[in-house]
Order: sequence, then C-alpha cells, then structure tokens
Amino acid sequence: MKKVICYVNQFFGGIGGEDTADFEPEIREGQVGPAMAINQQLNDAEVTHTVICGDNFMGSNTEEAISRILAMLEDKEFDLLIAGPAFQAGRYGVACGNVCKAVGEKFGVPTVTSMNVENPGVEMFKKDTYIMDGANAAAKMRKDLKNLCAFANKLLAGEPTMGAVAEGYFPRGIRHEIFLEDKHENTAAYRGVQMLIKKIKGEPYQTELVIPVKDVVPVADPVKLDEAVIAMVTTGGIVPVDNPDRIQSASATRWGRYSIKGVDKLPNRPSGGYKTIHAGFDPAAADADPNVIMPIDAMRALEKEGKYKRLHDYFYSTVGTGTTESEAARMAEEIIPYLKEDGVNAIIVGST
Amino acid sequence: MVKVFERAGFPVVHMCNLIPVSTTVGANRMVPTISIPYPLGDPNTLPEEQWKLRLHRCGVAVDALATPVEEQTVFKVKI
Repeated sequence: MKKVICYVNQFFGGIGGEDTADFEPEIREGQVGPAMAINQQLNDAEVTHTVICGDNFMGSNTEEAISRILAMLEDKEFDLLIAGPAFQAGRYGVACGNVCKAVGEKFGVPTVTSMNVENPGVEMFKKDTYIMDGANAAAKMRKDLKNLCAFANKLLAGEPTMGAVAEGYFPRGIRHEIFLEDKHENTAAYRGVQMLIKKIKGEPYQTELVIPVKDVVPVADPVKLDEAVIAMVTTGGIVPVDNPDRIQSASATRWGRYSIKGVDKLPNRPSGGYKTIHAGFDPAAADADPNVIMPIDAMRALEKEGKYKRLHDYFYSTVGTGTTESEAARMAEEIIPYLKEDGVNAIIVGST
Repeated sequence: MVKVFERAGFPVVHMCNLIPVSTTVGANRMVPTISIPYPLGDPNTLPEEQWKLRLHRCGVAVDALATPVEEQTVFKVKI
C-alpha cells in the first residue's frame, strides 16, 4: 500500500475563508478536504496526511512556510505528494507549485498538482512538477480530481507515461527518448520529408518540436522626474462605493477612471468614498483606507514636495482576480489614449 | 497590463506582493508591497508607521520610473 500526502490551502482545509489566509502551516493525520475524495480514487495507495497552509502566509513568507513544511515531512514515509487542485486561484496555484517543487527536490518523490492555464503558477512551475491542465473553478472539482488521480495512479504504479498531451499535464520541456518499431515509416528521415511535403502543399502539419515563444517587452526608457506626469492604475478593484461602472468582482471585463482632481487622500467606504470590490481577499483593510491599495495620499505628498512634475487627474481601476490575460491587455489598450491625451509619460500599476 | 503599457513606450513600475509572479510574466521595473489585502499599510500597525511605509515605497517607485535598467529589476525598499 503506497502512501500519499496532500497539500491544501486554508479554504479547502476547512479552516476558513480570506479571514484565515494567514493560517500557519500544519500537518494533520488523515484526509482533509479534497484529500478525502483523492483517497477514494487512488489504487493501492492511501492519503496518510494532509498539510494545510494559508495562502497569505505562504505568499508573504514563502521561505519560512516551505521550511516548516519540509520539516514536518522529514519523519514521514511517502511515495507521492498531491497539491491542490488550485483552479484559477493565483496565490493557491503559486503555493502548490512552491510546495511541489521543494518537496520533489528534497525528498525525490514525484509531485502532482492541478490548476487552470490562466493561473500564474503554471508558467512559474510547469518545469518543476507535474501540473495537470485544470478547470477554472472549484465547481469542476470532480473532473479535475478524476484526471489528477488517474495520472497519480500511473506514477504510483511506476507505469510508463505517455507525455504531456496524452496524460493531460502542461509540457515540462523535458524530452524523452523512446524507440519506435524499426520500420521505414518510423525513421526521422521519413517523418521529416512527410512534414515538408505537407508544408509545401499548404496542408496542416504538426511539428514534433514546438519552440516556445518568450514574451519579452523591451525596457522602456526612464523619464526625468521634473518632467514626469504619473498615472496610477490598480488591479485591486478600488472603486467609488456605488461601483458606477459595474466592474465585476472577478473575471473583470470592465475598468473605470476616477477623478482625483484636488483630492489629497482617497475617502474611505464609511464616508461614502471608495471601497474595494476585489473578490480575492478580505476587503476590510481597503474599505477602511483605500489608500493602502491606491496610494493617492502618498503620491500627492510626493507631488507637493516636488519629487515629480505632476499626478494625472484620474486613477484607473479594474479587478485582477480571474481576469484573463487577453481581457487585461484589451483594457490596458483602452486606457492608453486617455493617458496620452494628458501627456502622461510614466505609470505605476499596483496589484493585490 | 504592465507589458501593454510598456510596449506603448511608457516606463512602468509594477508594485505587487508576489514578485515572482510579476517576474515570470515579464515586468521590467518592480517594487515589492507588504501583502495582498493591504499592499501599502498594515492595519495592525500604527497609522504613522503605515504612512511612513507607504510614502517610502511610493518614493522608491517614482525613483524607479527615472532609473535606467537593462533587465528585469526589483527595486529595494528600506521600510
């Protein structure tokens, strides 16, 4: 009977919601949260322990959290670690990636997690662990667990696996040598020529080696501070209390622009000023003082002391959680003309 | 969004808590913040302390806009 250990965050670990995101790592005997369903789907293996850690604790104290978790696992016997599924939750996906990478490196066991393609954890960790191509919401938990366990079972049984596309995980950039049956059609020469013939004829063909395109942006020239007209942008969902632009709390497709002409400090929610609508964290701090996310007070003070030329009269706001890269890019393109119109030449983007 | 702005020619500073995420996505100028729910002011500390932190880190961000960089750079903060 093989042994598996699971990692979950505070929410799936039943500790609480955003209010408990600072939960320090703990290890529990047995199965908590999705580990229960995972246990049922494993063949000839059981989940012996579940590690639980708050997403904020892991995010803000990654080294400390990982070091404590590794210490907790020192005296445990286990053959595989499963983390998540994390769906589209950014902090959770990054946490799962960090845990899988560290555990894999220290204990030499295979590790598997699952998250949606839009999760930043994918790009960061796909080379360090198996990341199953997961759904974008916890409503699809059953499906993600089914795929995850199917693959985990193969790993536990030591069965040969058929590569990223076949097994349903994100390609790790690792090439394996396999030997095909020794016949003419399997030679590289034959395959190469067949591909070329298709290409010449304009027929679709599939390259055997996909060259990844790294999306690098050339560094923009710095601005001279005495000429700097700075615009503030946030993905922290800071909006007027009535959310006049109806910006969505998650998976946003809308953005707003709000005047700060003559404003030295953003008024808070109780005073009818601004609040946060971001669904990804506890809004209490931002509702009490929106300047902790959109620091108009600090920027105005710096402007008054002459640190830079001037602050643009508007700040721009949307919500980052669950928002796709393409929607975010479109929103940025839409914002640019307003900035150019006012001679803005420098931007600070704040995220949460 | 940071990359779209930078491609259009604006120097951009990304202020965020999860610096590794920003680095992987490809931001060029970054300044760390202290957390996700309250990036620039911990409500568990005194208002004066929060203000000092916010003012300092915004100052670092403004300076970063004026700093030439050759590659992805995380600017250091003191408070």
